[in-house]
Amino acid sequence: MRLTWSAAAVVVFLALVAGAPMFAPPFWVTLGNYIGLYSIAALGLVLLTGVAGQTSFGQAAFVGLGAYASAWLTTSYGSSPWVALAAGLAFTALVALALGFITLRMRGHYLPLATIAWGISLYFLFGNLEFLGGHTGMTGIPAIAIGGLELKSERSIWYLIWGTTLASLWATNNLLDSRPGRAIRSLRGGYEMAEAFGVDGARLKIVVFIYAALLAAVSGWLYVHLQRFVNPTPFSIIAGIEYLFMAVVGGAGSVWGAVVGAALITVLKQVLQDVLPQLLGRTGNFEMVVFGVLLIVLLQRARDGVWPWIERLLPKAPPAPVRDAAPLAPRDRGAASGPLLEVNAARKTFGGLVAVNDLSFRIEAGEIVGLIGPNGAGKSTTFALISGALALTSGDIRFRGASIGSRPPHEIARRGIGRTFQHVKLIPAMSVLDNVALGAYLRGRAGVGRAALRLDRQEEASTRAEAARQIARCGLDAHTFDAAGSLALGQQRIVEIARALASDPTLLLLDEPAAGLRYLEKRSLATLLRTLKGEGMTILLVEHDMDFVMGLADRLVVMDFGEKLAEGLPAEIQRNPAVREAYLGGV
Amino acid sequence: MDFSIAALLAQDGITNGAVYALLALSLVLVFAVTRVIWVPSGEFVAFSTLTLAGLQLGKASGIAGLLVAMAVVAGLLEVLSAFRQREWKRLPLRLAAWTGAPLAIAGVLKWAAPLAPPFVVQILLTLVAVTALGPLSYRIVYQPIAEASVLVLLIVSVALHFAMLGLGLWYFGAEGSRTPPFTSATFDWGGVLVSGQSLLVVATSVALIFVLALFFNRTLYGRALRATAVNRVGARLAGISPAFAGMLTFTLAALVCAFCGVLIGPITTVYYDSGFLVSLKGFVGAIIGGLSSYPLAAAGSLLVGLLESFSSFWASAFKEVIVFTLIIPVLLWRSLTSQHHDDDE
Repeated sequence: MRLTWSAAAVVVFLALVAGAPMFAPPFWVTLGNYIGLYSIAALGLVLLTGVAGQTSFGQAAFVGLGAYASAWLTTSYGSSPWVALAAGLAFTALVALALGFITLRMRGHYLPLATIAWGISLYFLFGNLEFLGGHTGMTGIPAIAIGGLELKSERSIWYLIWGTTLASLWATNNLLDSRPGRAIRSLRGGYEMAEAFGVDGARLKIVVFIYAALLAAVSGWLYVHLQRFVNPTPFSIIAGIEYLFMAVVGGAGSVWGAVVGAALITVLKQVLQDVLPQLLGRTGNFEMVVFGVLLIVLLQRARDGVWPWIERLLPKAPPAPVRDAAPLAPRDRGAASGPLLEVNAARKTFGGLVAVNDLSFRIEAGEIVGLIGPNGAGKSTTFALISGALALTSGDIRFRGASIGSRPPHEIARRGIGRTFQHVKLIPAMSVLDNVALGAYLRGRAGVGRAALRLDRQEEASTRAEAARQIARCGLDAHTFDAAGSLALGQQRIVEIARALASDPTLLLLDEPAAGLRYLEKRSLATLLRTLKGEGMTILLVEHDMDFVMGLADRLVVMDFGEKLAEGLPAEIQRNPAVREAYLGGV
Repeated sequence: MDFSIAALLAQDGITNGAVYALLALSLVLVFAVTRVIWVPSGEFVAFSTLTLAGLQLGKASGIAGLLVAMAVVAGLLEVLSAFRQREWKRLPLRLAAWTGAPLAIAGVLKWAAPLAPPFVVQILLTLVAVTALGPLSYRIVYQPIAEASVLVLLIVSVALHFAMLGLGLWYFGAEGSRTPPFTSATFDWGGVLVSGQSLLVVATSVALIFVLALFFNRTLYGRALRATAVNRVGARLAGISPAFAGMLTFTLAALVCAFCGVLIGPITTVYYDSGFLVSLKGFVGAIIGGLSSYPLAAAGSLLVGLLESFSSFWASAFKEVIVFTLIIPVLLWRSLTSQHHDDDE
């Protein structure tokens, strides 16, 4: 019964979109057209800023790029708007690629800064270039024609604008619910984790930036053929900031936030401009004051924007069930000969401090090796060297015979090493299923384009089935669809192991998996690890908890002050006087 | 271009650069302590010039009106929060600070303005009045959402910028103002004419930067702010209240902006909306310092000032394009030289 309500809501929305130009007064048709245009550009920011966490002020400049490209090509060369669209998109993609390459390989606040510069410069450039009409702009831009039908009126172009808006919403929503979408959703707050499962974070950020820029260019193209006139004003840095307003006020976490925000800001500005002068009996910049104050109050009350309020009123759709699907192909393991992992004289210094001092050890296939040592012995640093989180100062680490020392984490993941984190790194708002499915990132191939067009469903079904299988293997099937953040710490650690297993690793690196677990949780963890070993998994375990390691590991490597103190069977290590001294301070 | 023109342009560039450097410092300070990208800083600069220009004409209604409006809102917020927490004991003190003090400043301004006090007193009045807007804006706008994300804080900053712009037009009018020069002296240094005005601007900037450095390195409050900038949670655990740190930061930043406004007043005609572009240039300087290093931010601002004055000579239409495109090669250079570090936000 509740579901039919939400279906009804969608039908009403579509009916409004379809029927509005026939029944609504011209003023509202115009306003609706603009809301559609703004929604498309704001949607790009929802993905880039709200989901991927990269703030951009340049969205208006990209809108301007799409607009001016089409205006110039259609008026100066008489080309068709459709050809101009393609050219504008290509040019926009190039500019976005260049800007993204410069700024997005670094972490921090470089994208907002670069896009401010780019937004301001482009605006002044539009205003000063003769062939683009300078500050007065260009006129006589032709209307878009579809099969002989010229979209000259506001009412006729309505369907093109809203058709494009709905298509962009559909594609972006598809994208978020897919293999690249899971990776995009983990860029903010889970960057290091995503890299450890093979996501090339820098590259993905650039792809998202280009995607957002292309949406902006499409919006600009529609704008310029709706207006049939263009000047630099709507593409200033202030406009770039307004698109951010729309995304944030609407709710930057959801694609619908873009539409809500665009509608809210557009209508609010219109109403303030019309109503306030009548109310106060004079004109002035009062609408700016009221607009600013309203936004401040709104964001003080609702930091996540308006959409979450609306969403609470709508019935919740049940999670899509996991269907049976063809299993994902297992990862290529190559020919196994020699030790699986070889650490040769690995060294890491931080300034004058030698954290890991020429450490060497080996792991054979099928073993569980424990890496133990007192606090500050260098275990975690060693772990970071193997997983690629830190670069070696000297020495080498070889995995299946090939050197992996100082390689980036996503390359090390590609070779078949799966890991967990000492401090649990799950995306709390995502379901357990999605979190674990992210582990299988390297086993899928669907890219942004295929995901947006829903051509990835077969692979996606296999990925979900695989994730569900790993969750069941670890005994968490009751929580498959729960938000990962709602689980207890012990369960979250198990989810991390399931995620690592979903990557079908050859070697599993576990960073203090038993830390913070209760006794029973530790027992079930030990059982799980033994089962994995029985199935042929190789495990390196960094651990503090002696009882836990002693009962589980085949061999132990003991570290102290960055060096290897001892290596051997658990029983030998327990008897080793040097180890006892290191742990108990000389008995 | 001959040597004398180059010297003149360089002098202009350094003078403007010194002002941008001050702005860059205040932006870096505000961002480091509160994570707010302080978009409305330009309005503080413009309002400062306009207040001083108003005092020249014996008027102070603009700034006084702003102060009264903000004092009333801040007072209402205090009453509301006392009502919510059922904690009435501290209310009189808070009302005195948040409403009484700004009202008193507005009163003094209204009283003093028609008396045509000496120029120095006018400057002091301007500094006090504009500085008072800083903590008030923090109390009203930022303190209730101090823990929000950088993005939300930024959007709120922009909203405040819009509101202040509208208020600026309302209180100060659309006409531009210029204040009289502090001095008309010029010096001849080996054939190069140096105006006393430029020297004064540069000297004031340098002195202010020096005083700020002393404050941050030698005083308890200065160190408290630095601690907050480095580690917000740690500073809080050590007993530094985030609300206090924020208020102090905004007071300092507003003071610096008020100085900027006084300094640029004689150089250029200032309108109610002139501040944004000025503060953006300070922002470019701050970016060159990576929004974290004070000396680099100051150096970057000087570069912006020089670039601006030379490009206005060669290609004045593209002046702004050149200045703002400067960021891109700087970022490229940082991108190619810096380590790609992996810290989670």
